[in-house]
This record gives sequence, structure tokens and C-alpha cells, in this order.
Amino acid sequence: MGRYLVKRLWHTVYVIIGISMISFFFIHLSGDPVMLMLPADASKQEIEQLRHRLGFDQPLPVQYLHFVSNAVKGDFGESLYYHVPAMNLILERLPASLELAFASMFIALIVSLPIGIISAVYRGSALDMGTMLAALFGLSMPHFWLGIMLILIFSVKLGWLPTSGRGSLAQIIMPATALGLSLMAMFARLTRSVMLEVLSLDYIRTARAKGLGEFMVIGKHALKNALIPLVTVAGMQFGFLIGGTVIIETVFAWPGVGRLVVQAIFNRDYPLVQAIVLVLAVIFVLVNLLVDVLYVYLDPRISYLEEK
Amino acid sequence: MQASAFSIRDSLGPSLRLMRVTIREVARRRSALVGGILLCCIVLASVSFPLFYHIDPLEQDLLARFTPPFWQHGGSLAHLLGTDNLGRDVLSRILYGSRVSLLVGFSAVVVAELVGILLGLVSGYYGGRLDNLIMRVADIFMAYPFMLLTISVIAVMGSSIFNLILILGVSDWVTYARTIRGSVLSLKEKEFVEAARAVGTRHPVIIYRHILPNVISPLLVLGTLRVANIIIWESGLSFLGMGVPPPMPTWGRMLAEGRAYITDAWWLATFPGIAIMLTILSINLLGDGLRDALDPRLRNIVS
Repeated sequence: MGRYLVKRLWHTVYVIIGISMISFFFIHLSGDPVMLMLPADASKQEIEQLRHRLGFDQPLPVQYLHFVSNAVKGDFGESLYYHVPAMNLILERLPASLELAFASMFIALIVSLPIGIISAVYRGSALDMGTMLAALFGLSMPHFWLGIMLILIFSVKLGWLPTSGRGSLAQIIMPATALGLSLMAMFARLTRSVMLEVLSLDYIRTARAKGLGEFMVIGKHALKNALIPLVTVAGMQFGFLIGGTVIIETVFAWPGVGRLVVQAIFNRDYPLVQAIVLVLAVIFVLVNLLVDVLYVYLDPRISYLEEK
Repeated sequence: MQASAFSIRDSLGPSLRLMRVTIREVARRRSALVGGILLCCIVLASVSFPLFYHIDPLEQDLLARFTPPFWQHGGSLAHLLGTDNLGRDVLSRILYGSRVSLLVGFSAVVVAELVGILLGLVSGYYGGRLDNLIMRVADIFMAYPFMLLTISVIAVMGSSIFNLILILGVSDWVTYARTIRGSVLSLKEKEFVEAARAVGTRHPVIIYRHILPNVISPLLVLGTLRVANIIIWESGLSFLGMGVPPPMPTWGRMLAEGRAYITDAWWLATFPGIAIMLTILSINLLGDGLRDALDPRLRNIVS
């Protein structure tokens, strides 16, 4: 267990270093932000001065090291557009995005688990076919289109829910459902197939043979093993949620990091873009680390295999 | 002359047989058949619609703005699915938009497959330091939120159709490389590969003749299913204003315009979305069928 964790931590560190390098070099390939910060009629001397002041005249590796040493201290430079530290903007908007991501994950799990289990237990029934067909449609809908359709139905036609903004429970229902629906469909299909596999195993037959009620067999014995692949996939899909917030926040004017990064890209606010990319990637990597640790807890065979 | 004809038939024989078996297996599954036929119809419509639908997708008619679909009050048969805020024909724009989505979707998958095949084969077959390096880079790509990677690169490089294909393709190589590497690792230990090595076949020839044919099916399945993802991403980028630049109509941009006029014209955002959904649905159905047909291990679990 100890050695496995050390290995996982090292993996996390080099991935974060790699991401910081990629995002740094990509963004600096894009040309000179100094030209955007000054008026069009700025003299050559003014340009040189500002470039020197911001350190853009130094070689890229030096700039990268400078960036990293500041980033470790939580300083990602100043937004070119808002003129405040990028980190402050992110911290201000991050809770909204996390709230949305977790709400989506919650809705997806709470709906898909029972559906998947019931479909597996009543395999081949009309209920099973119906829900699996619905899941296929759910997987095929882009979440931002679903968001627009929800607005059309529940805000424009029925007037039940507000079209945008954040603050009340009514406002999070539509964005979280839109973002969570494809996950819901994916989890339902996965739960069903994993449950089918587990239910055919010997220990389930044993549990039934010793007279346990069907509820205990499915709810406790089968579900516990079926959860293992679900946890992994849910962790991996967290990256999808983070990416998904970028568009869904734009659809619902949700004041999160996703909308901030889209605006920052249009404003050519490179320090801000870079900071957001890095912060989101770090969150994603840490969630994956957490999932892997949880995985070892759920399935003790893993750490043994890894150490061999 | 005849000898060369024979050798062509000999070398094509096995792959033709595989294709026939695949098509038969897929056709036996009703849902896959439905998906395949639907996808064929969509592709056919996308390619051939100028023959029977003559309305220019860019022609503005400000007097006919916000014409609803023909079955609604005020609609007309001249614009079957209505018109948008500039009086442009919605159906015509959807048909043109399908070309962007299908072109980007399929081409990006080809790019991703090529990069993934190359790196996966090298990584799995040669192993060692190179393998280590490639897999570490793969880890980094996996952790990079895909959407952020593509939008930040597109912001830098600009969003021509060529750039989109390249960026979406190159960002998506990891899944292929990992799948192939896994297959190669187990294939490498098989007797027929050992036999080839024992008689002195060179490594590139072994890879090409003995390993590659055996990883084609998972690649086909994976590729088909990924086309759906790429199309969703392309329309997402377009929705954000980072897709193929105007005036070319794209499904994503039509959705963005539809979102803006949602209180006035419900059809603007509805129909392009249905077009995306049907395309994705057909690809998913076909991909699921292909997987069941080509990968018997999965068939036992999922069927």
C-alpha cells in the first residue's frame, strides 16, 4: 500500500509538471501579448520597455522557470484584462464550477444506479429495453443542446425555471441536468453490464443458496463489487465534467471558471487562460489520485498487483 | 500477368473475408443495422443534397425573417424548416453544416488513429525507454482536460477546418495508443510472432504483417465510437465561436444563434440539435454493433 501510494504521488507530480509545460509553451507560441496591452500607435521604445518590465524579452525556458517559481506560491500573474491577480479571479469563480460539477455527478449517480440495477435484475423485460434505449438517446445528445432545449421547455414555454444565473436551487437544476444526462446514460449502461456480470458469479449463487433475501443479495453482495468499476469511471468522467462546464456555463450564464476561460480566450488574456488551465488540470489530477486511493480500499488486490 | 493477379487476390483475400464476415455479423444485429442505414442516409444526404435542394444557405431574405416551419401558422413550403434571424433557410444550413461535422469527425479520427497506431505499436513492440517516455506523455495528455486543450490551442492557431481536424485528431491519440499497446504486448508473446522472429524476419515486417492485422478490429470499433465524440466536440467549439469560421454554416453555430433567439423562434436551436443527435445516435448504434460483432469477449458481458 505504501509503495503504491508513493508511486501514485510521483505520477501526479510529473503529470502536473508536464501540463504546466504544455500550457506554457502553447500560450507563448501565440505571439506577443505586449502588442495587445498597448495602444496601436505605441512607439517602438514603449513596446520594448513594457516587454522588458514584464520579462517577455528573456528566453522561454527562463520565463517558464520564473512562471513555475511564482505559480508554486500561488501567483499566476495578473490578468491582462481585469488587472487583478489571476488567482483571485479563479478563486472567486471556482466554487460555482465545482458546485455545478458535483451537482451533475450527484444527479447522474442518483438516477443511474437504480436504473442500471433494475435493468440488470429484470434483464430482457420491456423496462430494461426501454431504459437502455433511453440511455442510448441520452448518450447521443450534446449536453449544450439539451441545455438549450431545457430552457426552451421549462423557461420559455412553461415559465417554471429561470433561464440563467446562480444562487437558488431552481437555477442549478437545468444546468446540472444538462451536464449530467450523458453521464447518467453512461453510468446506467455500465451499472447494468457490471451487475449482470457480478450476478452470474458463484458467490452470488452461494448467497442465494444460504437463503439470503434477494434485496440483501443484490443491494449488499452484488452492489459492493459492482461499485469498483463505477468508481473508476466516475473519477475519469470528472475530466469530462470539467470540460463540459466550459460550454454549459456559457449556455446558462453560470458565473464559473468555464465561462471565465472562454471570455479570457476571446480577450487574449493569456496569463488568465494559463492559470485556469493549470488549476483545472491540477484539480482533475488530484481527483484521479483520490479515486485510485479509494480503489485500493475497495479492491485490496490492486496494491498487491502493482507492487509485484 | 496471371501470377500477379493471383498474388493480389491472395493478399486481399483474408481482409475481404474479414470485411464480409463483419458486415454479415453487423447486419444480423437489428440496432446496428438501423444505425448503419441511418448513417448511410445521413452521409448520402450530406453529399448529394445540392441535386435536389437548391436554396442557398447564405442567401438572406430580411422580409422572411423568423418564418416558422411549414406546418405552423405563417410557415411556407418554400422554407420547410423555417428561416433564421436573417431570413436564411434553416434546412439548407443544416444540410451544409452536416458536411463540416462529418468531414471533421471522420478526418480527425483518421489523424488520431494514425498517431495512435504509430506510437502504440512502437511503444508496445519495442518497449523499454521509448515505451516509458510515450506512456508518460500519454498520462499527461489524459490528465489535460480535452476541451481546454483544444480551445486553448485553437485560440492560438486559429480555427480553419484543417486546424480543427489536426487539433482534435492529435489531442485524441492517447486512447488508441493505449489500446494498441495493450494488444501488442500480448500478441508479441504469441507463437506465430516468435516463429516469425525465429526465421529472421525483420521487426518492421513483423509489425506490419503479423501484429497490425490483429489490432485492426479494436481500432475499427474504437474509431467508430470516437467519431461521435469528435462531432460533439466540434459542434461544442463551434457553439463557443471557435469552430469553422463564418460564413460556412455549422451545427454548433446554428445552436448558438438559436440560443440567442430562443424566445422568438424555437425551431432555430431545435432542428440542428436533432441533426446532431441523429448523427451521433446512428454512429453509436453502429459502433455498439461493431463491438459486439468483432470483440466476442465484450459480447459475453454486454449482450
